[in-house]
Amino acid sequence: MERTEAELIAAVLQGDAASFEPLVQRYSPRVFATARRYARRESEIEDIAQEVWLKAFEKLKSFRGEAPFEHWLMRLTVRTCYDFLRGHQRNRESPFSDLTEPENDWLERFVAQPETASENAEAAKLLVGRILERLSPPARLVITLLEIEDRSVKEIARLTGWSVPLVKVRAFRARAEMRKIMAKMARDKYL
Amino acid sequence: MDHWQSLQSKLIAVARANPPSDRVPYAFEKRVMALLAARSAAEPLALWVRGLWRAAVSCTVVALLLGAWAFFNPAASTKADDLSQNFESTLLASVDQSDQMQ
Repeated sequence: MERTEAELIAAVLQGDAASFEPLVQRYSPRVFATARRYARRESEIEDIAQEVWLKAFEKLKSFRGEAPFEHWLMRLTVRTCYDFLRGHQRNRESPFSDLTEPENDWLERFVAQPETASENAEAAKLLVGRILERLSPPARLVITLLEIEDRSVKEIARLTGWSVPLVKVRAFRARAEMRKIMAKMARDKYL
Repeated sequence: MDHWQSLQSKLIAVARANPPSDRVPYAFEKRVMALLAARSAAEPLALWVRGLWRAAVSCTVVALLLGAWAFFNPAASTKADDLSQNFESTLLASVDQSDQMQ
């Protein structure tokens, strides 16, 4: 019979480290999906996921069981991803002149007829990735959580440990930052 | 809605329409468990090493403080000499007495 989450956690806390494995198996897909929003290379994504689970094991005593384990784990994952972003602020200043041909085509199609530009085009996905990579760590985190994952301000505050007003301020700044990056992209491309 | 706003909305829609994969590398959980096992095995040794380092640092600090005190306080050093002489005469008092008796 499959043991419940609470039973597994209680067993780990009593010293049975092997009971941690089913938890890793069950929740790793969510951890990996979250990590892939902030890191591009598979090796970096694996490092983030590994760090999340090592931290989760270390801090399991602090899990009080009032909220589901998944929420606690997601908080840990988002904070680890944020630390990763702060530690890897590269490529933020590189120019947009190196856009690939499909990316240029997609942009030109969007400029000519915005409604015909496909949302599933590989070029569009790459373009989003490029823009997100140029955002500052707090801006990227807030845009991802608020705009892409469609989470509420309260939820973001809980996940990040920031206050509600701080999330609002950072969201405002993040949108402005994103517009600035898009303007720079247009300048690099057309001037 | 301005042009940037609509491009921003479009790009956000693109990101929403293409969520990242939740694929987990093969035997990832085994790797995590092996790391945890290696960590817990290294833990008692790490505790010893940490304890020994702390002891070494505190001993060095005490030795330096006493050295500095002896160096900058010659009066105390003289007192220390007196103390050693007093200690010696106390220790040898019985021998002195027996010498005088003879």
